[in-house]
Amino acid sequence: MENAIEVIDLVTYYGDRKILKGISFSIPMGMTTVIVGGSGCGKTTTLKHLIGLLRPASGSIHIHGKDIAAMDNASLDEYRKKMGVLFQGAALLNSMTLAENVALPLREHTKLKGSVIDIIVRMKLDLVGLSGFGDFFPVQLSGGMKKRAGIARAMAMDPVIMYFDEPSAGLDPVTAAGLDELILKLHSVFKMTVVVVTHELPSIFKIADYVVMLDEGEVSFVGSLDEFKKSDKAIVRTFIERRAVEESISPDNYFKIITGT
Amino acid sequence: MQQIVENILGSSGRKTLSLLKHLHAISVFINEVFYWTVISPLKGKPPRIRATISEMVKTGYESVLVVVVIAFFVGAILALQSAYQLRKFGAMLYVANLVGVSITRELGPIITAILVAGRSGSAFAAEIGSMRAQEEIDALVSMGINPVRFLVVPKLIALMVMQLSLTTLFDVVGMFGGFFLAVTLLEVNAVSYFNQTVIALQISDLVTGLVKAWAFSVVITITGAYQGFQVNAGAEEVGRRTTASVVTSIFLVIGFDLFFTALFYYFT
Repeated sequence: MENAIEVIDLVTYYGDRKILKGISFSIPMGMTTVIVGGSGCGKTTTLKHLIGLLRPASGSIHIHGKDIAAMDNASLDEYRKKMGVLFQGAALLNSMTLAENVALPLREHTKLKGSVIDIIVRMKLDLVGLSGFGDFFPVQLSGGMKKRAGIARAMAMDPVIMYFDEPSAGLDPVTAAGLDELILKLHSVFKMTVVVVTHELPSIFKIADYVVMLDEGEVSFVGSLDEFKKSDKAIVRTFIERRAVEESISPDNYFKIITGT
Repeated sequence: MQQIVENILGSSGRKTLSLLKHLHAISVFINEVFYWTVISPLKGKPPRIRATISEMVKTGYESVLVVVVIAFFVGAILALQSAYQLRKFGAMLYVANLVGVSITRELGPIITAILVAGRSGSAFAAEIGSMRAQEEIDALVSMGINPVRFLVVPKLIALMVMQLSLTTLFDVVGMFGGFFLAVTLLEVNAVSYFNQTVIALQISDLVTGLVKAWAFSVVITITGAYQGFQVNAGAEEVGRRTTASVVTSIFLVIGFDLFFTALFYYFT
């Protein structure tokens, strides 16, 4: 099994706080990998490293054999043209219509004629079920439609890797299920590597081929979906069975917190 | 005692480090703006023309009315205030000199800059700030689009052109305001006033004013955009950064004005 992404000993800080504590994992090519974990475990931070928005304090991120952590900005931009990202809130540019949003990467990075770009835009919008919505502005759309439009924009340059940051966040279960179907459809049609960050169990079970689980900045599980389901690791069981975990604070630390020392 | 010294040293150390970090961030930002405005077009990546024109309309054309009204009032006020002193010497005609020179050299550029800082500088900070808060800037970066080239360069070029145009407009309307007041209320002869203005004004007065205006446009754009990019979280921070952009811009505009005025005083 060939790997699309290899993360080796990735360490990152926010200020003095160590967020990722030397994580290493691989993401297989052509599969849907889901990065899971509870809130604050570092999964969104990991995603930001994979798309080159953050630079690690140490460690490397090899994508198709090239270390993006060591790349200069120009090379990083070249890599970004081959990937697509759907952000949590879709992150469409509010000042532009959907069609202009989808056309944006094409206008910036290619020398295609306007008429050709228009056709590609219509195709991409049709792909995500938004035919006829090209002239709408993002504020005129529902949350689910915005995410679909975000996917259309991310697909504009025919990426080889697609990243999704919490695609079901803020959506009702039916819309979220529709989005999962769309991810599956895109994956089966375009055979690209898909990386999804989520903590929604129904999504994980529906779309994942491979699972990477993070916990407090460390990798706690890596394996296929079946292995994930069958794993007897306490942390995996707790996550799958949705059991509440009491946050453990030692008496000394608790004393420090309430006295403010 | 040891605790107090530690606190003082600790606090001043933290403040110094934070200031240095801030200075570093500003320098990197200015460097990036310079690269994408000046160097990148030479390498065959021109600025976004349509976005620049759209920014020109927003920052320039839509400010015309407010500039015209304020310029007219300022010119009239200046004529009245000058007349208040000059009539004691029976030198009412010199109102033309005072109005012409002070508007072109000083009031035109600075009042236009304050208006633009309040109107467009704050809009830059709010626009970029809310784009930061809604991950739109991250989205641009993830598409391989540099946000400085995409957002700041069109604003900078637009404001450089429009600040000069608005200042010129302010100069003309301001002098007309003074002229209007002088010939009506102060009963100065219109032809004499006009001739006196032509005699009093020199090309260097106009040029120094426009050089200032150009510098102010750079200051306002960079301050507004920089404050916008500093936003990390929600709407409250967007508001705070927008206010900060206006206050900082006005402060810097007046600071730069002092510098240029001193420079031109000695070298023209």
